[in-house]
Amino acid sequence: MDEPIIRMAGVHKWFGAFHVLKNINLTVRRGERIVICGPSGSGKSTLIRCLNRLEEHQRGRIEIDGTELTGNLRRIDAVRSEVGMVFQHFNLFPHLTVLENCVLAQVRVRKRPRGEADAVARTYLERVRIMDQIDKYPGQLSGGQRQRVAIARSLCMTPKIMLFDEPTSALDPEMVKEVLDVMIGLADDGMTMLCVTHEMGFARSVADRVIFMDEGEIVEENEPDAFFAAPQSERTRLFLGQILRPTAPPL
Amino acid sequence: MSQSAKLGAIIRPPPTRSGPLGWVRANLFGSWADALLTLLILWGLAELIPPLVRWALINATFTAADSRLCRLADGACWAFIHEKYRLILFGTYPYDQQWRPLLAVVIITVLFALSCNRRIWARWLIPLWLGGGLLVALLMWGGVFGLDYVENRLWGGLPLTLILAVTGLVVAFPAAVLLALGRRSELPVVRVLCAGYIELIRGVPLVSLLFMAAVMLPLALPSGMTIDKLLRAQIAFILFAAAYLAEVVRGGLQAIPKGQHEAADALGLTYWQKMGAVILPQALAVAIPPIVNTFIAFFKDTSLVIIIGLFDLLSTAKSAIADPAWHGFYRESYLFVAILYWAFCFFMSRYSQWLEQSLKRDHRN
Repeated sequence: MDEPIIRMAGVHKWFGAFHVLKNINLTVRRGERIVICGPSGSGKSTLIRCLNRLEEHQRGRIEIDGTELTGNLRRIDAVRSEVGMVFQHFNLFPHLTVLENCVLAQVRVRKRPRGEADAVARTYLERVRIMDQIDKYPGQLSGGQRQRVAIARSLCMTPKIMLFDEPTSALDPEMVKEVLDVMIGLADDGMTMLCVTHEMGFARSVADRVIFMDEGEIVEENEPDAFFAAPQSERTRLFLGQILRPTAPPL
Repeated sequence: MSQSAKLGAIIRPPPTRSGPLGWVRANLFGSWADALLTLLILWGLAELIPPLVRWALINATFTAADSRLCRLADGACWAFIHEKYRLILFGTYPYDQQWRPLLAVVIITVLFALSCNRRIWARWLIPLWLGGGLLVALLMWGGVFGLDYVENRLWGGLPLTLILAVTGLVVAFPAAVLLALGRRSELPVVRVLCAGYIELIRGVPLVSLLFMAAVMLPLALPSGMTIDKLLRAQIAFILFAAAYLAEVVRGGLQAIPKGQHEAADALGLTYWQKMGAVILPQALAVAIPPIVNTFIAFFKDTSLVIIIGLFDLLSTAKSAIADPAWHGFYRESYLFVAILYWAFCFFMSRYSQWLEQSLKRDHRN
């Protein structure tokens, strides 16, 4: 069980001449919950997008559950079907109903019979508490509901790893909690999760490890308590100082 | 009423000027410029409509044994259409066999009508059109089931126009989708080939493509081998329509956000699954207006086959006037085919509007 499910070794990536990931080394154990934070443009989204090869790394080695990510298309599709991803802008399929969104990949990729796929979809839609909306189209749902459907859509593939790319950043404030609650539930069930997020409360209560990135590098990683209480690097302190600024002026 | 009174707090929008008089004042005489424009248009209509009615109805000759009566009268000679409609509609197809092209036209029209029902699309659309196409071919050519064989050299008129247009678009459309996907492919060879093809065909007028199909193609073939003239025209049409439709489809593809591709990729869908289930259904829905625009343009462009000697609807109308006994009734002849063209194009236009609305209603976004 202690065998790592994700291994990144010496990973580099460039966008043109811009060096966006610099020598990333990261190992994730099964069931580990990791929060990745950092200023915008620090490469945190790119890092998790490399894990299902939405972005291609140019140097180094990435292994997902024993499979190395290379240019082999069939292998990429196989890895992708084991790695769920939730996007900032949900990216639900607007021409399909909520239920169809959740059924599509099960039938096409997992080759499940329609009836079984339906049942699986209902289970997860129930879990994200969206059962009463399953015949609606994404355009008829609120942002929080859409993101919960997007999570259910990923879970329907029974993935081994879930990637979250700023899942609450595009939501109205009053909808953040309903999405975080679903993510916390998922963490409690032992899902391996990598979350790019600025929700530090979530990081504190759920994460096993917090990773801080800046300028394409992993600057610091630690358990949340230690990370927030005693950040090691100056850059981390600066970042935390900015995002944890008290909302009310001190008395 | 009582309900709104109970709620009390409902504030109604201020009343607008209503009734027919209010409408006229608001829409036709809203300002001095509006009033002037309205009067100008009314005057134009008054000048135009009475003479038209006089020509088309009041002074028109509806029945006549020959053209003499018509030439005496001042109005339209509908007797000419009555005399020639079968030539215009069916061209030189053997006279006593013309029920066959008539039935073919009916079949194509019925196929159009059935295709309006979106519920049959998933399962029946393709078999329906394949079966219908087979039936049309069978009727037109014959040679089996006791039907006399009719060379396609003798085909003409409305069925020829419909066959050219429908076959052309039905074959060109999937080709166009592939070309559009190819042009956006990540494989450089595919991309360059598709873009090259599209640019090549778009840079050449349809007329010259038809000429090349008629004149150049036989030169390139080994001696003794010939390709039927109709088939050559059909191929030229397909090549041309595919290039134009490909650009329209590409426009639709470009309208789909990158996130849709990423979401499909992240779920592990293969390229073709992603395109078939996620991207194309959205891209084609976006592209309905320009697609139908292209369809309508090509339906009418089939009339260009006259230059290589095929007798489509417009050519048969022309040849009807060429009859010395009925020489000169070109107004009636062209008006007749114009109405036929218009009917089909208007149907396509209305259908596309309805389809757009119904897709929009479904997705509500």
